[in-house]
Amino acid sequence: MNPWKRLVGGCRRRSPWLFHLNAGSCNGCDIELVACITPRYDVEQLGIKLEASPRHADILCVSGPVTRNTAQAIRTVYAQVCTPKAVVAIGSCPASTNVFAGSPTIEGPLSRHLPVDVFVPGCPPRPDAIIEGVARAVQILAERAEARPASPAEPGDGHETGKIADGGPR
Amino acid sequence: MNSAHLLRLLVFPGLLYAIPAAWVFLWIERKAVARMQRRIGPPFLQPFFDFMKLLGKKTPPRPGVDGALMRAWPVLAAASAAGAVGLLPVLPRAGGFAGDLVLLLTLLELPSLFLIAAGFSSRSPFGQIGSAREAALGLATSAVFVTAVLGIATAQHTFQLEALVQAPTSLLRWLGIAAILLCVPAKLHVTPFSVANAEQELYAGALTEYAGPELALWELAHGLEWVALTGLVAALAAPPVASVWAAAGWWVGISLVVVLLLSVLAAATARVTVEQAVRFYWRAAAVVAVLAVSASWLLGAGS
Repeated sequence: MNPWKRLVGGCRRRSPWLFHLNAGSCNGCDIELVACITPRYDVEQLGIKLEASPRHADILCVSGPVTRNTAQAIRTVYAQVCTPKAVVAIGSCPASTNVFAGSPTIEGPLSRHLPVDVFVPGCPPRPDAIIEGVARAVQILAERAEARPASPAEPGDGHETGKIADGGPR
Repeated sequence: MNSAHLLRLLVFPGLLYAIPAAWVFLWIERKAVARMQRRIGPPFLQPFFDFMKLLGKKTPPRPGVDGALMRAWPVLAAASAAGAVGLLPVLPRAGGFAGDLVLLLTLLELPSLFLIAAGFSSRSPFGQIGSAREAALGLATSAVFVTAVLGIATAQHTFQLEALVQAPTSLLRWLGIAAILLCVPAKLHVTPFSVANAEQELYAGALTEYAGPELALWELAHGLEWVALTGLVAALAAPPVASVWAAAGWWVGISLVVVLLLSVLAAATARVTVEQAVRFYWRAAAVVAVLAVSASWLLGAGS
């Protein structure tokens, strides 16, 4: 690996910017994510920033069971996040649709729509758990970028083009 | 352009000093706000990490938007902010030319204009609202800012920065510096005047559609604006000294003090509305600026 790529890779590990996407969450997980930037948890010391635009972000944090209204929106927002990128599912809802399983208005779980890298279980998860999940996502992000540096999309992957990994709603 | 000008533009206080200083100033602001909120805050190299990481990202396509234009704005903004830093009269006998104050004022104004243009050419509704707010704030502050600088210049009968800085400090100049200091938070989008890039409220304002290396250049341009504006205040407030090292030391020191003052302001206040910001500048800050320019004109006519 050349020095330039090593430098960029090292900086990538120290500067993960998050975009928070609510896919029909009850606001419980959202509050816990915001708690991460308060003085008690202070994720800014890890270089983590909550960004306002998905185009600025490296890691997409999704909460909620993916309602019918948000299913298209999460794919649009995912396509706007620049490569290399990673997805963290926050809470039990995106992992399993939780208590909403079987509802006709729910199109979850999230893995039907996006390639999820890290699941953070809990209803809601503690901020410590969210921070650990993001830290793991940073590792995955850095390894992914090193494995495939700035190459065109590989077939069937979905990470480079933002297309759906798992076939979408069935 | 002689070698002295080139040295100023490229080495000190120009690019070689200004780019690391931009990152350090951005770090000091973030760290100071974090410490005042009882947080630990980002590591020293954080703005550098952010810049390098953004350089390594790819920009997704922006259908329906003129890509060349979008790419040009951050480059122009960074270039004009860097040019403004290079013009600052920091070292004694560094040279200059008649009317370089006018060029400096223009270069300090341009990044804001490029930001407005960028927001409108991104065709994002959030970008357009951000640009409209930036334009309203620009109208409010620019009049005060230019009046304050003119007040200082009228008192010394010169538009040349070198002569302006070397002149003995007077009460009038401190009045002008106070008016400039009142404008600096709005020009740097520091809370309470962060109405244009109001994050979470307008998404990312004019920069909503920007990503990757272009966003990195915007961050750099923003840092260079910090160096330029705090540097302007420092150059006017620093005592005239003969030694090159002492002059540079005073300038950097006062710049850092201004950065810390702005951080305290950012940590202590909440965002105001556009109307409140415009009202503050046209009612309160304008009084100081008009006082400075009229007093210097009256005293100049009397002497």
